[in-house]
Amino acid sequence: MNNNVLIGYKQRDNFVDHLTGTTKLIGLIALSVIGMVSFDTRFLLVLTIGSLALFRLSGIKFHEVSFILSFITAFSVLNLIAVYIFGPQYGVHLYGSEHVIWQGVGPYNLTWEQLFYEFNLFLKYIFTVPLALVFLMTTNPSEFSSSLNRIGVSYRISYAVSLALRYIPDVQNDYRQISKAQQARGNEISKKGKLTHRVKAAAQILLPLIFTSLDRIETISQAMELRRFGKLKKRSWYAEKPMKRSDFAALMVIALVVVIGICLFKLNAGRFYDPFR
Amino acid sequence: MKKPIISFQDVSFQYQSQSEPTLHHLSFDIYPGEKVLIAGASGSGKTTISRLMNGLIPSAYPGELSGKIFINGESVTDQTIFDLSLRVGTVLQDPDTQFVGLTVAEDIAFALENDAEDQSVLKQKAKDWAKQLKIPAILNNHPQEISGGQKQRVSMAGVLVDEGKILLFDEPLASLDPIAGRESIELIDDMQKNGATTTVIIEHRIEDVLYRPVDRIILIDQGKLVANDTPNTILKSGILAKLGLREPLYLSALKYAGIDLTQVADVDSVGKVALSASTISALQAWVKPQQARVQTMDVKPMLQANNISFSYDSKQVLNKLNLNINAGEMVSLVGRNGVGKTTLSNIITGFLHQSSGDLVLNGHSINEASIKERADHIGYVLQDPNMMISKNTVSEEVALGLTLRAVAPDEIERRVAETLKVCGLFEFRHWPISALSFGQKKRVTIAAILVLNPELLILDEPTAGQDWQHYTEMMTFIRDLNRKIGISVIFITHDMHLMMEYTDRVVVLNNGVIAYDDQPMKLFANLDLLKQASLVETSLFTLAQRIKVDPEALIASFINQEKVVQTNE
Repeated sequence: MNNNVLIGYKQRDNFVDHLTGTTKLIGLIALSVIGMVSFDTRFLLVLTIGSLALFRLSGIKFHEVSFILSFITAFSVLNLIAVYIFGPQYGVHLYGSEHVIWQGVGPYNLTWEQLFYEFNLFLKYIFTVPLALVFLMTTNPSEFSSSLNRIGVSYRISYAVSLALRYIPDVQNDYRQISKAQQARGNEISKKGKLTHRVKAAAQILLPLIFTSLDRIETISQAMELRRFGKLKKRSWYAEKPMKRSDFAALMVIALVVVIGICLFKLNAGRFYDPFR
Repeated sequence: MKKPIISFQDVSFQYQSQSEPTLHHLSFDIYPGEKVLIAGASGSGKTTISRLMNGLIPSAYPGELSGKIFINGESVTDQTIFDLSLRVGTVLQDPDTQFVGLTVAEDIAFALENDAEDQSVLKQKAKDWAKQLKIPAILNNHPQEISGGQKQRVSMAGVLVDEGKILLFDEPLASLDPIAGRESIELIDDMQKNGATTTVIIEHRIEDVLYRPVDRIILIDQGKLVANDTPNTILKSGILAKLGLREPLYLSALKYAGIDLTQVADVDSVGKVALSASTISALQAWVKPQQARVQTMDVKPMLQANNISFSYDSKQVLNKLNLNINAGEMVSLVGRNGVGKTTLSNIITGFLHQSSGDLVLNGHSINEASIKERADHIGYVLQDPNMMISKNTVSEEVALGLTLRAVAPDEIERRVAETLKVCGLFEFRHWPISALSFGQKKRVTIAAILVLNPELLILDEPTAGQDWQHYTEMMTFIRDLNRKIGISVIFITHDMHLMMEYTDRVVVLNNGVIAYDDQPMKLFANLDLLKQASLVETSLFTLAQRIKVDPEALIASFINQEKVVQTNE
C-alpha cells in the first residue's frame, strides 16, 4: 500500500487548532531558537517531552506523517554520522575532558563526550520536528497569513507563504503522480532499484514537477491580479481571528520557557550543560 | 444611438515573445446589455482579445499594441489592470486555478479584501452573493470538497462582488463536464437577465454556448475578424466548418438529410428551428432503421477487472467492480467528476492498489506486478502532458522508456523513428519540447508510451483543451493506430462526441460500480443513464423527438454518416 496521506492543514477542532496563527508562529520561532541555542540536556529533554505531548494533543494521527517522518529520520541519522566523521573530537573539545569508550584509529575514537554532544543534537531534532509538523498541520494558511501580516510582515509575502502552505498537498500529489508516471516509463524509484539509480531517477521527476508548479503559479498570480491583489498598501482578511485568552495564556507559557532557557545559560555559565565536570 | 461599452478600433497586437502579430486590424463594438460570443479555433487570437479587455495585456503579457481600445468610453492604455478589474470581471478558464481563497467564502471576498474593506463587509457580501448564486450551504467548504459546477459559481460570485458592468468568460466550458457546463451557460444567462451586465464569452464550443441565446457571434480566424453577425446568419452561412470549428449537431443532421439551411428559419436553437412538413419528411427519410450489431462471441477478454474494491479516507470509491476489455476495442469510460474513473485507471496501471479483487491480463494475474512490469503491456497517458515530460528534445523523450529498459541503441533509434513517423512528429524529432504546442506535447507523451508497444492504451481526457481541428486530427490518429496495430484503447472522457463517433462501447461508472456498458447510441437515447454519467442529451435527441423518430436510430444514422464523410475526406 502506498496511499499515504498528505501533509497539510485540516480542521481538527481542539485546543491547538483554536489558537491563532500568530500565537503558533511566535511559539514555533521562539521555542526553536531557544532549543537550537541551548545545549542544556535537561532543558532539551523537557522541551522534547513537551513537544511530543503537544503533538499528541493536536490530534495529528501518526500515519498522516509517517512518510515525512521516515524521510526526516533518515536525514537526521545521516547528519549525526556526518558530524562524527567531520569532527570526531568535537565533544572532547567542547567539554574539555576525554572519557574514551573505544580506541580507534587516529582521531576516530569513541568518547562519552562525543556521544553526549550528539545526543544533544538528536534531542534537538526530535523536539523541533513535531513542533514544526504541529504548526504546519494545525494552522489555517489564510488565517496564518493574516497573522504574519499583523506582526508586521508585508501582506504580499504573507500571502505568498500562505499559498505555498496551501499548495503543499497539491505539489505532493503532483510529485506522486509524476513519479508513478516515470516508474511506468521504466524509471525504477521503488526499493527494487539501486540507490545511485534512485537518486538519478528522483532528479528526473524534478523537471516536470517544476514546470507543473510554475504553470500553477503563473495562472494563480494572474487570477489574483485580475481581482486587484497588490493594488493597495494594505488589505483586509476574511480569515483573521482575534486573539483570545487561551492565546495569551499560551504566549505566557512560551515566554516562561524561553526565560528558563536563558536563566540556564547563566547557571551553566554558557550554553552547555557539562555532566563531566 | 447607444454608445458602445467595448470598442476595438483597428487593433493590432504583437506579443513581445513572438515574431508575428497575433491580431491584425481588428474593429468591433459591443453595446451595453449585449451578450456576445467570440469564437475561433486555437491560435486564432481570441484569448488575446480577452487579455486586452481585462488588462492582462500589458500587465502579464507585454507586447506592441496599435489602434485604440475603449472600455466604458475610456482608453485602456490609461488604465491599470486594477482599474479595469472594477469594470470587467473575468472568469478564467479553469475554476480550480481561479480559486484563490482557502474556502468558498474567502474566495468570494478576495477582491474586497484587496480593497481593504472591513471584515464585517466581507462577511456580509460573501453571504449575499453566495445566496444569489444558490451556494450558501457551501460557504465554509474547501475547493476540493465541491463540484466543478459549484466552483464555477464561486468564480462568478468572486467577480460579481465588484458589481462591474462587463462580465468576461474565458472558455467557461473547458474544464466542466457536460451537465456542469450546461448549468454554467444557464447561470450566465440568468445573471445577464438579472443585472444590467454586458456579457462576453470566449469559447469554441459553439453549440454548447448557444444552449441559451446570444445576441451576436464574432468570429476570429488567424487574428482577423471574419464575421460579426447574429447566430442565425452565421450558422446559415456554413462558415464554421471552414474555420475549424464544430457546427451544431442538429444542423449537420439537417445538412446530411439534404436540407438547404438558408431556407430554414431560426437555425440557432434546436428547440425553435423551423421544421416544415417537407423538412420533416426529408429527415425521416434520412433516418434509417438500425439493425442490432451482432456481437462476435469468440472475443477473449484481454484485461479483466474482477470484484475490484477501493476506498480512500474511509470512503468507498469502487465497490466490487467488474469490467472486461477485449483486444482491439475502443472504449469510453465516463462518469461525473470524482466518481473514480482516474482511480480505476490508477489501479489498472498499478499507481494505486485495490483493497480487494483481481486484475487479470491475458489470463495471468497482475496483482503482484510492479508499475514498470504492467507498463510493458498497459500504457497510461496522463491528462496533463507537462506531468510526463522530463527530457529536452522530442526524440530523447520518446526514447526514454527504451533507454531505461536497456534496449540496444540501434534498436532504440529504429523504434523511436518508427513511432515518431506514426505520430506525425518525425520532423519535430530534434525540437525542444518547450517549443511545441499543447496538442503536440500531448502527442509526444502518447508517442513516448506507444514506443513501448503496449497492448492497451489508457488516455485521460485526450481531447481536453483542443479545438475541433486538432481534436479531429488527434482522434483520427488514435483510430488509425487502433486499426493498424490493433491496440485497445480506453478513453477517460466527458466528451460526448468522442464517445459517439470514435468508440463502440461506453462504460458508465457510478456509485463504485459499472452502471452501463453498451453501445453509445443506446446511452444517448436514455435520459436517466445520461444523468448518472453527468452527461446531457444531445441536440440530435431533441431533434429526433421533434420529428417523432426513434432517437437511437437518428443518432446511429448520424454517426454512420459522419464516419462516411470522414473517410471520404
